[in-house]
Amino acid sequence: MSRPETSFGPRPWIQQHWDARAAGNFVLGGAGAGLLIAAPLAGGGELVRALGLAMIAAGLTAVWLEIGRKLRAIHVFFNPWTSWMTRESFAALVVFGIGISTFVFPDNVLSIALAVAALLFLFCQARILFGSKGIPAWRAPEIVPLVMLTGLAEGAGIALLFGDAGVLVGLFVLALLSRALAWSRYRAALKQPRSAAVLEPAGRSLLQLGTVLPIALLLFSTVAPEALWLAGLMAAATGWRVKFTLVTRAAHNQGFTLPHLPIR
Amino acid sequence: MVADLRRCVGCQTCTAACKHANATPPGVQWRRVLDMEVGEYPSVKRVFVPVGCMHCEDPPCMHVCPSTATRKRADGIVTIDYDLCIGCAYCAVACPYQARYKVDAAEFAYEKMMPSEEVRFSEKRLGVATKCTFCSDRVDAGLAKGQKPGVDPEATPACVNSCIAQALHFGDAEDPNSNISALLAENQFFRMHEELGTKPGFYYLWDKK
Repeated sequence: MSRPETSFGPRPWIQQHWDARAAGNFVLGGAGAGLLIAAPLAGGGELVRALGLAMIAAGLTAVWLEIGRKLRAIHVFFNPWTSWMTRESFAALVVFGIGISTFVFPDNVLSIALAVAALLFLFCQARILFGSKGIPAWRAPEIVPLVMLTGLAEGAGIALLFGDAGVLVGLFVLALLSRALAWSRYRAALKQPRSAAVLEPAGRSLLQLGTVLPIALLLFSTVAPEALWLAGLMAAATGWRVKFTLVTRAAHNQGFTLPHLPIR
Repeated sequence: MVADLRRCVGCQTCTAACKHANATPPGVQWRRVLDMEVGEYPSVKRVFVPVGCMHCEDPPCMHVCPSTATRKRADGIVTIDYDLCIGCAYCAVACPYQARYKVDAAEFAYEKMMPSEEVRFSEKRLGVATKCTFCSDRVDAGLAKGQKPGVDPEATPACVNSCIAQALHFGDAEDPNSNISALLAENQFFRMHEELGTKPGFYYLWDKK
C-alpha cells in the first residue's frame, strides 16, 4: 500500500507553506523585472515600464496576501544582513523609486538604472529560493541562473509585444538559449527524484514550446508580425509554468533519513 | 537534546506532554515521533525517531527570517518573537526538519476551548511561525530558582520529563560534566541531515562506543 503524500516519515512530501500566492511573486515579479531590463531596448517607453512595475507590484501584492500578519508587513525590512527576502523588499523600493522617477524625468540614464535595479530584484528572488535549505529542488545552486534567465526571457518576450528592434530580438534569442542551457544544468543537478518527475513536463514545454518554437516563429515574423508576439508569449508562458510548478508542486522536502539504525 | 534510538518505544507520551504543556492546536506537533519502517522483508526494522526543532547551531530559519523574529539565545535555544514575526513562512521552507508550523485561525481539539487550552491560548500565536521552544519558559524559570536543566524536572522540557523509557535527555552539551556530555562520550551518535551544515543541537544515540 502506498503512503499518502503528506504522511510524516522518511519519504519526502510537498511543502504546504507557500502556495499560488507565493508563486505569483516569482511569476509576475520575475517577468516584470525582466521586462524592465529589456525596456530600454523596446519601443513603447512609458507603457512598457508601467507594465513592468505593475507586474512586480502585483507579485508583491500576491505574496502579501499570503503572510499571516498583513499589518506587520513593514517588518520585512528588518533583516538586510542575512535575509534575501528583506533584500528583495529593498530592491523593490529602489525599483519603484527609480521607476516612478523615469515618468517625471524621462532620461536614458534613469532607464538604465531602472534595468540594473530590476536585475538586482531578480537576483534577490533567485536567492530567496536558493536560501530555502528545506527544499532540495530550491537549494540547488543552479536555480539562481535558471530563475534569473527565465525572468529575463519572459520579460524580453513580453517586450516583443511593444517593439521589434533587432537588438531586442537578439536579447530575446540569447535569453531563450541561455535559459534552455540553465534549465538543462538545473535538471542535471536536481537530485530529488519526485521534484524532478513533477518538473519534467514543464521543463519539456520550456525547451520545446518555450525555446525551439519561439525561435522558429521568429523566422516567420518577417511575413507575419504576429508570429513575433506569439513567440514572446510562448516564452513567457512556459517560464511561468516552470516557476509555478517549482514553487507549488515540485517543492518536496527531503524527509528524514537515518545514517545508522539503533543496535539493540 | 539527546534521543536514544535504542530506548524509544514510540509511545508518543512526549508528543502528548508537549501538546499539553504548549497547547498546540490540532495538526501542530512541536514534538513528533516518527514511526519508520526500514529495510525489506524478511529483514525489516521498526525505528521510532523523535523529531522537532533541532535548535541548530547555524539555523537556516534564522538567516532567512526577514523580520529578525527568529533568534538564537546564548544557550543555543532558537526562539521566535511572535510580536515581530509576519508569518511569511520563509523559515518553514528553509527548515530541513519540517519543524515549523503556521496556523491562521484558532482551532481546538474539541471545537470549543478545553480548560488546558484556555490557560495557554494566545492570539499571538495565530498567523505566525511556531515551533518547539525546548520549553524555554520552564528552563528559564528553573534556572531562576537555581535549578539545573536536564537534571531538575522543573527546569527541563516537558517531553524529556514525560519520557517513559528515558530515551530523551536534555542538558548543556558544552559542559563537559553534564549528563549530555557523558552520553555523547559513551555512545555513538549522529545528527539529522548533517551534510547540510546546520549543526543540529539534537543528537541521536544508536550504539555504545
